[in-house]
Formats: sequence, structure tokens, C-alpha cells
Amino acid sequence: MPRIAVLAMQGDFAEHIRALKKIGADAIEARTPADIESADGVIIPGGESTTITKLMKEYGLWDSVKLAHSKGKAIWGTCAGMIIISRNIVGQEKAQETLGILDVDTQRNGYGRQMDSFEENILSSAVNGWFHAVFIRAPILKRIGVKVEVVAKGADGSPIAVCDGNVFATSFHPELTDDTRFHSYFVGLLNKNNRQ
Amino acid sequence: MEKSTFVLKAGLAQMLKGGVIMDVVTVEHAKIAEDAGACAVMALERVPADIRKAGGVARMSDPRMIEAIMKAVSVPVMAKCRIGHFAEAQVLQSLGVDYIDESEVLTPADDAHHIWKHDFNVPFVCGCRDLGEALRRIGEGAAMVRTKGEAGTGNIVEAVRHMRAVQDGIRRLQALGQEELMAEAKSIGAPIDLMIEIHKTGKLPVVNFCAGGVATPADAALMMQLGADGIFVGSGIFKSSNPPAFAKAVVKATTHFKDPVIVAEVSKGLGEAMPGIEMSTLQPEERLAKRGW
Repeated sequence: MPRIAVLAMQGDFAEHIRALKKIGADAIEARTPADIESADGVIIPGGESTTITKLMKEYGLWDSVKLAHSKGKAIWGTCAGMIIISRNIVGQEKAQETLGILDVDTQRNGYGRQMDSFEENILSSAVNGWFHAVFIRAPILKRIGVKVEVVAKGADGSPIAVCDGNVFATSFHPELTDDTRFHSYFVGLLNKNNRQ
Repeated sequence: MEKSTFVLKAGLAQMLKGGVIMDVVTVEHAKIAEDAGACAVMALERVPADIRKAGGVARMSDPRMIEAIMKAVSVPVMAKCRIGHFAEAQVLQSLGVDYIDESEVLTPADDAHHIWKHDFNVPFVCGCRDLGEALRRIGEGAAMVRTKGEAGTGNIVEAVRHMRAVQDGIRRLQALGQEELMAEAKSIGAPIDLMIEIHKTGKLPVVNFCAGGVATPADAALMMQLGADGIFVGSGIFKSSNPPAFAKAVVKATTHFKDPVIVAEVSKGLGEAMPGIEMSTLQPEERLAKRGW
């Protein structure tokens, strides 16, 4: 059975693992490079992107996720995870390094502060229909690379989920709902290794 | 589109899990905290250790100071209001803070009631000493709880007591038959609907952090192993001899709480932790955890 490493630096990694186990996938909390190496795919969960980035660099996870990507393993970033895997972060004074493995630019807290957080029904080709999406201090996609496919749009028409080969990102949190269809979609991407 | 639902309020707390929320009194502190990897900051005028020293009435901080910190950092900003002081909470909500802590560290404004937190768009975190108190606060609308510990003492013993009491309460509840739930709800003063829910799920419906007494990386690792979802550090960072180093070390120990080698490594050469206070030297009226009903 393919294994998914959920990066467990900080954030809602336990919710991802619960969702993955619910659909019968093998999921582990990843705190070391060895955890990442043992897996066929990696999820970077929601949380604080600055905190997760610092902790990833401190113990070698930054390079190991880059390595996992270069080996063609599937990667999914939700919210903070989308920011971390993006090419650039725009709209803030302070420079913040990213993994740069998905050719999009993001803006942190793109909708505003916590009281601007929202939930709404969205349409997504990844799940062939409607999905109840939860956005918490969510980022906005400000630029999307030509090779990157938009797989979901919000009610206002803005892109909220994108996919490039087996690198996937959502600005919302499928792990906070009981609906596991996006997790099933990601498990499907594990077999889509187009880099090896 | 729906905003300010309980899912969104409790959801932000989910995003803070496994992280450290640090008390900061200036913009400089806030930047040190963010640079060290704090997942959020608590903006207040004085850390609990100084509130203890100053005595008198401790109130909500100056809105100008809170706004300056909101501008200075990109992580969520929390702020404290007095227990029952819903007008202070309204002010904090109007500033746009990300979370309000209805806190026993400030002097209570109401000696019988807490704020009806369902009425607010902004989410609240509240302190608790046991399961009953946690569930009363959640019943009033808190979207996150934290064990109270004893703030400003640098002594972890009360935080441990409260975390164990919450966990024991859940275990005890799970062992009961359905017909025993109402009597238990009456006994611990908790809403029956939440008791029924926890009887089924075996866990609190919201995130539970630890607060009140964390002074070292090992304190953080202890509380995470006891089941805390994350850590609040009040005086422990900025009352230590080397705040940036302590801040980084506590963040790392909170993530790697299961790995004593890492906790040992980050604890090396940190310098003096904040001065501690032994509980038996506190007068009963000096105990902040008793505030809250």
C-alpha cells in the first residue's frame, strides 16, 4: 500500500492522517527526513507557514521534501502548505523563502484576518462536483504558471485548487470536513509519477 | 458564503496546534516571537509575572499597542479581556484581533458570569482547570480552551494538575453508561449535550492548549506528552535571560516533544529560565486560576 507522509512540524496534520486512514491509506506523521524518504507522497498541512518553514529547515525536512519532489513523489499543500510549495509569496514586505516546486505565486491571508475566514460550496473537477470548502485566513493565488491546471474555483470565480502533474495545492482545508474526496484524489496522484 | 461559524472559529485553533503562542508586550517582542517560529502572539501590556508584581486591577491593553502588534507580524494576534467584560471583548473584536482570551490573568469584571461568546464573530479561548469548567466555557461559545496552570509563576505543577484533571474527566466520562451521564453532568456542572458528545467521541470538541507555568523546553515537552494540543508561554520567554534563544528552543521542543535527544540539544546553554515561584508561598488571593466560575 502506498504510504503518505504528513509533515508534522505544526498545524492540523492529525486531521489529514484521520482522513487518509478513513479511506484506507497508510499515513504517518513526518518529523524527520527518514519519515519523508519512507513515503510515496507528502502532505504539507494547514498551520502557520512561517512556523512550519522554520521547523522544516531546522531538521533537514526542507531539503528532503525538495528531494521527494525531484524523485517524482506526489506533493499536496493545503493552505499554509500551498504557500510553502509555491514559487513566490507576494504582497508582504518581509521576504519569506518557499520550496518553489509549484509554479504559482500566493499572497498570505489574502482574504484578510480571522473574521474574514469563510466556508462555501465550490465546484471542482478534482472531485467531479460540489464540495463544502473551509477557508481559514486563506491565501490567494495571484499568478498561475502556464502548465498549472486550475481544478477548483471559488464562488467568485477565483482559483482555489491547482494541480501540476502530481503536485497539488488547495487554499482551503478538506481535512477539516468529513468529506474525503480530495484525499482520494491525492491518493490517485501517487501513481502519477511523471518524473522518474 | 458563511462567516464566523463555529467551524471557522474552532478551525483556526486547529491550525495553531503543535505550536507555541507567546505573550508579547511590544512590537520588538512580537517580531522576536515570530522569528522564533511562534504560531501566534498574545498582545498585552504586561506579562503575568509583572501583573502579579504590580497588583491592583489588570485590564484590557491599550488598543493602540494591540494594533501596532497586528501591523508588525503576519501570524495571528490574540488579545485578553477580563472575565465577563463583554464591552472589552467588543472593543477587541472591533480592532479585528484574530482570537480573544477571556482570561483569569486579568482582574475579573463579573464574579458570577462569563461572556456569552456565541454572540461574537471573533473566536474565544478560555481557561479551565477540569472537564466541567472546559465544557461550561465551550457551552458559552469558546472555540478553544487552555488549561489555566498558574500564570506568572514559572512553575509547571498547576498546569500538569489541570491537564491531568481534564484528561481524567474524559476517561471517567467514557467509562460511564448513558444513564449515568446526567448525574455526572450535574456533578461536574457541564452541559449535557457536550457530555453526550464526548461520551461518543472520547475527545473535547475543541483544541486544548496548555498555559500557566511553562518556563523551559522540557516543560513544553512534558505538557505535549500529557496531551496538550499546543503551548501558551506567558512570562517564560521574555522573563528569561535570553528571550530569542528560549523562544526558539520552546518552539522546537513543542514540535519534537517525543524526541528527548532534540529536547536535550535545544536545552543546552540556554541561560537562566524565568524566576519561579513555589505554590505554597502564594496567598490564596494570589492564585489566578481560582478566577472563573
